[in-house]
Amino acid sequence: MNLSLLIILPLITAAGILLAKGLKQVRVIAFIGASLQLLLCLALLYFYHQERVKGNTTNFLFEDGYVWYRSLGFNYHVGVDGISVAMILLTAFVVIAAVLVSWKMEKMSKEFFFLLIFLSLGAYGFFISLDLFTLFFFLEIAVIPKFLLIGIWGSGKKEYSAMKLALMLMGGSSLVFVGLAGLYFNTNINGAHSFDILYVTQMQIPVHVQKIFFPFAFVGFGIFTALFPFHTWVPDGHSSAPTAASMFLAGISMKLGGYGCLRVATWLMPEAAKEYSTIIIVLACIAILYGAFATMMQTDLKYINAYSSVSHCGFILLGIGMLTKTAINGAVIQMVSHGLMTALFFAAIGMIYDRTHSRKVAQLGGLMKMLPFISTVFVIAGLCSLGLPGFSGFVAEMTVFMGSWEKGDMFYRVATIIACASIVVTAVYILRAVGSVIMGPVKNDEHLKLGDAGWNEKLAAALLIIGIIAIGLVPFWLTELIDPGTETIMNSIDKAVIVK
Amino acid sequence: MGYRRRKQPQIVLTIYIKREDRTKKMSYSSYIPLIPLLPLAGFVVLGIFGRKYFKRSSGIIGTFLLLVSTVLALYTAYQYFFVDGKVDGVYQPITAIKYTWLSFSKNVSIDMGIVLDPISVMMLVVVTFVSLMVHIFSLGYMKGEERFGTYYAFLGLFTFSMLGLVISTNLFQIYIFWELVGVSSYLLIGYYYDKPSAVAASKKAFIVTRFADLGFLIGILILAFYGKSLDIKTLIENINSSEFNTITAASLLGISALTWGLTLVFIGGAGKSAMFPLHIWLPDAMEGPTPVSALIHAATMVVAGVYLVARLFPLFTLSPAALSIITFVGLVSALLAAIIACTQTDIKRVLAYSTMSQIGYMMFALGISGYDGEGGLGYTASMFHLFTHAFFKSLLFLGAGAVIHMIHSNEMKDMGGLRKYMPITHITFLVACLAIAGIPPFAGFFSKEEILLAAYHSNKLVYAVALFTSGLTAFYMFRLYFSIFWRKNKQLHDHHQEGTVSMKLPLIILAICTVVAGLIPFGKYVSTRGLPLESHFDPVFSLAPVAFGIAGILLAMWMYKNETARPERISVGLGGIYKAAYRKFYIDEIYMFITKKIIFNLVGRPAAWIDRNVVDGTMNGIAWTTGKISAMIKGVQSGKVQSYTLYFFGGIIALAIIFLYLWK
Repeated sequence: MNLSLLIILPLITAAGILLAKGLKQVRVIAFIGASLQLLLCLALLYFYHQERVKGNTTNFLFEDGYVWYRSLGFNYHVGVDGISVAMILLTAFVVIAAVLVSWKMEKMSKEFFFLLIFLSLGAYGFFISLDLFTLFFFLEIAVIPKFLLIGIWGSGKKEYSAMKLALMLMGGSSLVFVGLAGLYFNTNINGAHSFDILYVTQMQIPVHVQKIFFPFAFVGFGIFTALFPFHTWVPDGHSSAPTAASMFLAGISMKLGGYGCLRVATWLMPEAAKEYSTIIIVLACIAILYGAFATMMQTDLKYINAYSSVSHCGFILLGIGMLTKTAINGAVIQMVSHGLMTALFFAAIGMIYDRTHSRKVAQLGGLMKMLPFISTVFVIAGLCSLGLPGFSGFVAEMTVFMGSWEKGDMFYRVATIIACASIVVTAVYILRAVGSVIMGPVKNDEHLKLGDAGWNEKLAAALLIIGIIAIGLVPFWLTELIDPGTETIMNSIDKAVIVK
Repeated sequence: MGYRRRKQPQIVLTIYIKREDRTKKMSYSSYIPLIPLLPLAGFVVLGIFGRKYFKRSSGIIGTFLLLVSTVLALYTAYQYFFVDGKVDGVYQPITAIKYTWLSFSKNVSIDMGIVLDPISVMMLVVVTFVSLMVHIFSLGYMKGEERFGTYYAFLGLFTFSMLGLVISTNLFQIYIFWELVGVSSYLLIGYYYDKPSAVAASKKAFIVTRFADLGFLIGILILAFYGKSLDIKTLIENINSSEFNTITAASLLGISALTWGLTLVFIGGAGKSAMFPLHIWLPDAMEGPTPVSALIHAATMVVAGVYLVARLFPLFTLSPAALSIITFVGLVSALLAAIIACTQTDIKRVLAYSTMSQIGYMMFALGISGYDGEGGLGYTASMFHLFTHAFFKSLLFLGAGAVIHMIHSNEMKDMGGLRKYMPITHITFLVACLAIAGIPPFAGFFSKEEILLAAYHSNKLVYAVALFTSGLTAFYMFRLYFSIFWRKNKQLHDHHQEGTVSMKLPLIILAICTVVAGLIPFGKYVSTRGLPLESHFDPVFSLAPVAFGIAGILLAMWMYKNETARPERISVGLGGIYKAAYRKFYIDEIYMFITKKIIFNLVGRPAAWIDRNVVDGTMNGIAWTTGKISAMIKGVQSGKVQSYTLYFFGGIIALAIIFLYLWK
């Protein structure tokens, strides 16, 4: 299977959108493009599985590449392992759902859908890259359109939020670039340098170099995935963004960071990862519990979900920081799970906002009566968020907990218990939101006239819920998919020895 | 030669058992999964299509599915207890099905499976049977509700989860279904979702039990770490074997890891079973529809904690410390709840506290139990009481439901004289009251008798408290009974009809069960090691409990049979004690103080404030400083050639000065 299709298809779709006229044509093209993406990704899953069944045990399948800029050693090099396949699938689900919920985007619809599809291109490119330069290139593609999406189609103090998000993410990228450059200049192929990930893993990057550049790469990617204390773009960015952009931002962008932390920082610099793991764990625990407590006090639905994303993404960082195989598996599952779940949550909030023009918990109430479908979606997203078995969140969190507990030290024990404690706080804020928005008496008589979800919204929610339940009910397919990938990463971690 | 002769038959025997085991598994695995899956199918079908297509018929569909489940469960019980559960006179656990659901490492994985042993088979029967009764009762009780289909869907979800819980082979499987019963309970308590009190109650129930589940989860992590498995059977074997002695060695704070793990697991159980001090959610949970209270908050879900301790009992016996905690908590809950129940005026709340009190009995019976032979009487008694309690307590709740259906009020003061209007409810309610008061020959008598006997043999103080509590139980139950069915009627006239057939039928069936369930020689079937335990019925010993029971009844009769000023006078006479009990010993207020004042104001609010002002403020501050600096230096790039020339020469002069004078 040719992985470049994942980049070509969004490109063609984006071009088609530019040529189309009017909202109706644009959205149909975007929808067809997104559906083809989904099919392509399912095909990728199928072919990947076939290869593994055949006994192909190479770390990365479907490798492909050509020289981009020879004299500096920049290559276009792509390939996937189970982790990337999982992330690509997540992207496809979120993109099609995002297109569907923006069905009635009247304002500058052509530009809107173009940017949305363009973002997906960046995400796919990022997840399939095996060359650090290509990876960085796609990372940037996935950042810049967001500035426009929030700045133009956003709500509230959108200019401020757009600027804040763009600056912080660009800051993150620049740190990432320093980290990548540090790796690049410490590789050596016959006197030349290389950005190739597979090559860098072969190289023994000296430990002192790792110690310098690991923080750059990790913090840089960490900013994307709401690493404390660089998470403050999350609440503002999400709350000002239009629904589809929020879904994309929380569902995929934050995962770019998690994936980068794992694939680039941890895998390529395992010694440093071990060295800094305590700090990562501490920051992750702060994000988890403090994020949860901060969520408890929010009064705006989007702020609630944004802060809860900070808390949930803490699990990703915790899993990576623990450096055990189970915990890393948990981190990857959490990435997929949180991506689907938070996209569903934002979709539900967007649907409610479209109808009631309010996101304030205090102004909403008893929506179950008028909007049974949307309310059910909201409750499902909430239950997934609080880690109810049967939904993906439970599988992810429990895997992280089990993996963290494998470490015998008191420090790790305390960290795990702090992380576990967040499940109680999560229950508090989710049930508060559900209790006053979905249940309870109707607070505004005008809401009694509201109509429930249309077909597009139902389809979007159904797709995301299918994803959540597919992981929640039969998690083993996902763990089997990502297991060889984490195995590879663990091998390099196990080999790493901290030199005192 | 002699050696070989003795050895050979044994080998043959083990092979024989193994083969038999396999065929057993085959036959069980063919139909047992249907028992939980049929209610699940009901949930899925009614949950998705109930609103549109089965508006009227969802009740019938749900009930029918559950009827099939019940029949299968009864058949399983027959097969297990009378046909092939016993091998060499001992009931063996049979793992009918097991497959890996999520594997963490080589030994540790979450499996989904079905285990049949005496307690799980008993629970299968109890859960399906009571659930069936509640399904039938609801046909009449919930008739005309707008969300009739949703109601039956949720009932199906609950029944599925509860059945999944009781047949678990894996500790984590229990946890998974544990959470699922929690959420079904949440959904059903909040069934009347537009009522703020119902919303608050559902939230409270979920959050309090969630808090307890945190303990359970950490307990599981500890046990799995030391026991190197999550499979209950393997876990018990591992911890019992000598290789794993680290777990019983002292660890944190001088307490062994095993005790830590088990106590934390017990906290989870205490939360679900509404044990002191985690009981505060149960009385509020009565906001749900009354049949739901009968099913979830009386007969099945709330005994999950007892079941959990019983399931892990071989481990608990290794930790006397954990067992004494259980005894203490159970005893305090039993007594405290009984005292509070004497003062409440909402009939469902009285029943809720009585449930808590009875579960306290089951808990401390486990706590005082030993593991081997006669010492295991407490265990058998606890399970026996769980079994009989399920029948008479669900009967009480359904009876209360029938009353509430007629009166449209939960308050005792609105009731009175109902025996004329609802004869069947009256008689069945009386039967249940006699059973819970421990009057022979009703079911509660036998099971409570065994608990008291076990207590008597292990600890006299426990026995004394339990005996006193049983007197209180009789008193508050008959206070309830006389207040509802005797005294003067206040508002009803003759045209009021007792509920429909579907409401009366379950009452009659449960009443029959309440009469006969006690006669089952329970010890023969359920005991610690699967060996039959002889019944210890001793008329002399039962004199004291029965006397206490009758005294309680007579006192209640004296106070409440006719409208008198006696209750008023007595409550005034008791003064502060009465008031404290009436206000439930202010435990709710303490919780409110901790959550509202401490967690929200001292943790949540500062966290949110710090995030907006300190963390984000710093980020904005950095941006602001950068902006200011750039504003300051942007004047330099003015595009004016004159100033550039000035900077140029100024720079040269400065460099010249540096090189000439400062370089040295």
